[in-house]
Amino acid sequence: MENKIKFILNGEEVEVLCSPVKRLLDVLRDDFNLSGAKEGCGKGECGACSVLIDGKLINSCLYPAQMAEGKEVLTIEGLKKSRIFEILSESFIDAGAVQCGFCTPGMIMASYALLRKNPNPTEEDIREGLSGNLCRCTGYNMIIEAVKMAAKRGEGLW
Amino acid sequence: MVKSYKPKRLEEALQIIKNEDCILFAGGTDLMVNRKIYFDDKNSDKKVLFLSSIEELKDISSDSNYIEIGSMTTLCSVEKNNLIPEALREAAKSMASPSIRNIATIGGNICNASPAGDTLPYLYAAQATLVLESIEGSREVYIGDFIKGPRKKDIKKHEILTKIKIPLKEYDIWEFRKVGTRKSTALSKLSFTGLAKKKDGILEDIRLSFGAVGPTVVRCRDYENKIIEIGKDIKIPEIIDMYSSIITPIDDQRSTAYYRKEVALSLLSNFLLKL
Repeated sequence: MENKIKFILNGEEVEVLCSPVKRLLDVLRDDFNLSGAKEGCGKGECGACSVLIDGKLINSCLYPAQMAEGKEVLTIEGLKKSRIFEILSESFIDAGAVQCGFCTPGMIMASYALLRKNPNPTEEDIREGLSGNLCRCTGYNMIIEAVKMAAKRGEGLW
Repeated sequence: MVKSYKPKRLEEALQIIKNEDCILFAGGTDLMVNRKIYFDDKNSDKKVLFLSSIEELKDISSDSNYIEIGSMTTLCSVEKNNLIPEALREAAKSMASPSIRNIATIGGNICNASPAGDTLPYLYAAQATLVLESIEGSREVYIGDFIKGPRKKDIKKHEILTKIKIPLKEYDIWEFRKVGTRKSTALSKLSFTGLAKKKDGILEDIRLSFGAVGPTVVRCRDYENKIIEIGKDIKIPEIIDMYSSIITPIDDQRSTAYYRKEVALSLLSNFLLKL
């Protein structure tokens, strides 16, 4: 049975007709052409599919469409319209935190989820906040550096 | 195609499962990984009941005897709530990653009944009971009697695990240790939980439990009572010998029986040294 599921996607009310257990990741990519969230492992281990739901970081590969009903979903495409994204993006570039880029949307979403809760994170907080996101290129130190940089540059914005 | 329900009230949910066979969907972090097995769309009569909109299952409260945790409390809320005993908070914090802890629930971890479920050893040690409700009424069962084996549990089709009740007791010495391949997003190779209470130098209570070293959590009340009886003169090697006979892990993709047993006994020994 296909259900009509309504939710708020990047600030706009949307509706999708799909199986209640279709992964939010597939809804975003197939039904809305939003390819920022990616499938790495499909098991909630790599964080490449990270999005925010009602302000909380989640793995969209583990999230059934039905549970998104009535909620606010924010993807990297939605964040992109904001000053916050510019700061994160510039900091990632300046710190050399991007190589192949596959993990980057997820890393940015996890960084944003962390900073909006904790605008002055310690290094340990950052490592913990990003602990569900894997990167196979940079070795993490540059990414941690980027988040520290963004925290400072975006002071007052988070 | 999968049919689904998403009730807002517990009573509504109980009414639905009274008449229909449903897969109860808590946070879904285990179910979604195996979704092809659970929600094969060719199997047209599959029904799913989402529990996530039932707010009354997300309460955490305490009175003078118990702390009660709603089954749909997320691991993130378990980790952050001050009412919850530190050892359990520590266990929750050791699990998965922040994004998974935002949706995974304590009730889901229990009902998944995995030998490596990390909230379980603490709940065994603390003698937690589970409240199972159906439209006909409710019953309470000790977690150790609820979990029968890997993925096997004492729950009927028309029942929902609604609450976890933890008897309030102060332990001045406690420890939760998880051994995994890495710090984050790792399943336990093994885990150890120790709780103890000492008064005026005398050991009054001790609880010892081990995760992922057998088909279910290992805890032995007879041995615990023996340790309390011996009191001051406990000899650690003798206790290790005792536990050596009931810690019988297996080799699997995550670790070896030898490693699991050695490390479990070392963690036990380490805890006993603190008494």
